[in-house]
Amino acid sequence: MRDVSTAIRGGELSCREAVEALLERIERFDGRINAYLDTTAEAALARADAMDRGARGEGRLWGVPIGIKDVIAVEGAPCRCGSRMLDRFLSPYDGTVVRKLKDAGSIPMGRLNMDEFAMGSTNENSGFGPVCNPWDPAYVSGGSSGGSAAAVASGMAYGALGSDTGGSIRQPASLCGVVGLKPTYGRVSRFGLVAYASSLDQIGPITRDVTDAALLFDVICGHDPQDATSLQRQTPATSAGLEGGVKGMRIGLPREYFAAGLDPEVEAAVRRGVETLQGLGAEVEEVSLPHTEYAVATYYILATAEASANLARFDGVRYGHRCSEPEDVTDLYFRSRAEGFGSEVKRRIILGTYVLSSGYYDAYYLRAQKARTLIRRDFEKAFERVDLLAAAVSPTPAYALGACVDDPLQMYLGDILTVPMNLAGNCGISVPCGLTAGGLPIGLQLMGPPFAEAELLRAARAFEAETPWHRKQPDMAVLEQRSAEGA
Amino acid sequence: MSERTANGMDIDYVAQLARIGLTPAERAKFQGQLEAILGAMRKLDELELEGIEPTAHAMPVHNVWREDRAREWDVKDAALRNAPARMQDSIQVPKIVDTSG
Repeated sequence: MRDVSTAIRGGELSCREAVEALLERIERFDGRINAYLDTTAEAALARADAMDRGARGEGRLWGVPIGIKDVIAVEGAPCRCGSRMLDRFLSPYDGTVVRKLKDAGSIPMGRLNMDEFAMGSTNENSGFGPVCNPWDPAYVSGGSSGGSAAAVASGMAYGALGSDTGGSIRQPASLCGVVGLKPTYGRVSRFGLVAYASSLDQIGPITRDVTDAALLFDVICGHDPQDATSLQRQTPATSAGLEGGVKGMRIGLPREYFAAGLDPEVEAAVRRGVETLQGLGAEVEEVSLPHTEYAVATYYILATAEASANLARFDGVRYGHRCSEPEDVTDLYFRSRAEGFGSEVKRRIILGTYVLSSGYYDAYYLRAQKARTLIRRDFEKAFERVDLLAAAVSPTPAYALGACVDDPLQMYLGDILTVPMNLAGNCGISVPCGLTAGGLPIGLQLMGPPFAEAELLRAARAFEAETPWHRKQPDMAVLEQRSAEGA
Repeated sequence: MSERTANGMDIDYVAQLARIGLTPAERAKFQGQLEAILGAMRKLDELELEGIEPTAHAMPVHNVWREDRAREWDVKDAALRNAPARMQDSIQVPKIVDTSG
């Protein structure tokens, strides 16, 4: 991302050439990956040409195309949220993050594939086909921001935006071998983000390295009067202190995150990663987050409850899919929603409706809200002792495509290492920390308390500077060959 | 507290509340999956939660007001273009009030 920006500034590359280079790569590789639902090539080229004709701007991302997850509104572009429900929807306005990207001179480009309405951890719940992992297309990209992660990993995007409700930035970043930052809840405006679970959703960057993540975060963060949950507190740019190192930083290893069920290769890579940080001067100690085992249940009660309310708006009336020849308005609701939503979305809406329904509210929803308090307190207590926490992102490397399709509970349980942090509102990042023997990426997760993005990125950058993993790339020639063979 | 065995969920009733039509195949598939998920959610029954305050938002903000001032926000045409059926500046829907007597 920075290289492209530098080349454009130096006059070696035009904005149009930057866009065309991506389009060419997408044309070559995306048939096998399925990261893009739409390249929005026409709009991107028009903006690039207009920029090339005008005076060169001062924006930090001048001329740089940035991929946008299909859940974030870009004026005039489709916003399907990976759902057939919104097949023909065009956004009437820009989300705040998109406006900020444009203000910084960036060219928002493409609609990146995702699990339908951000519900999923494998990207197999997309209404437009799964996203394949560029490291091995027989494996999932992770989700729900799988298109964003796969596009960045395969060089089909210089950088991208994703959204993270229970791990949807960090987990696909981990599985695709790129950097994914989930900011503190409220640091990045959600205006123009189609809501899944409003008390958890947060937009963040997915990039090739930590420096790019810091740059993109600095551009999109900040208070927004149009998002009532947006936080007023300002902090200095994270890019400035990025090279400060980790000497004296206290890093905690949550005991419960290294429990049974963690894949041995993943555990070994994460522990080596922690040793690297220790070697750079960080002080490492074990800590406990005792309510971790309740996090998945808590998350799936609260997230589905919020989703059932948020997705009530898709009723076939004002926008989205409408069934043909409805008999009456009730028939319109039932059939439009039956036809427009995919299985996972229906399951979650039904689950969320159930946990909120009369007679079950106290037993499920209220209990989960209380359990959320205990989970949050665990983190507060841990962060009294340490500055950051380190763990794996996903207990396993990428699954084979289809492995979890008929077992949603199994998929939910795989979110154990990412959802607790969303419940607590903390910030976290995934940085590449290894490859399995089979050549699939592994991510190291660093987590910080609210507003600790600067420390988080500084530690991640120190790790990255010491290790080769972020420079490793999937072998696209192999992918292309398989593509040609129709594999 | 009401009865809440994991298999006590009346899926037809809940789908009715959620305004989602289910095919018999979906109904059969979801029933077992949802039972398993609800069973896993009952893990929370192990917790002693008496006196614990519920958390609705991790970073609560209160009384968020904006200045009460009109501003330009002209997306009417763009928004209406997304309507599945429209008549001039209105969205068309099936008849809601039954006038058949």
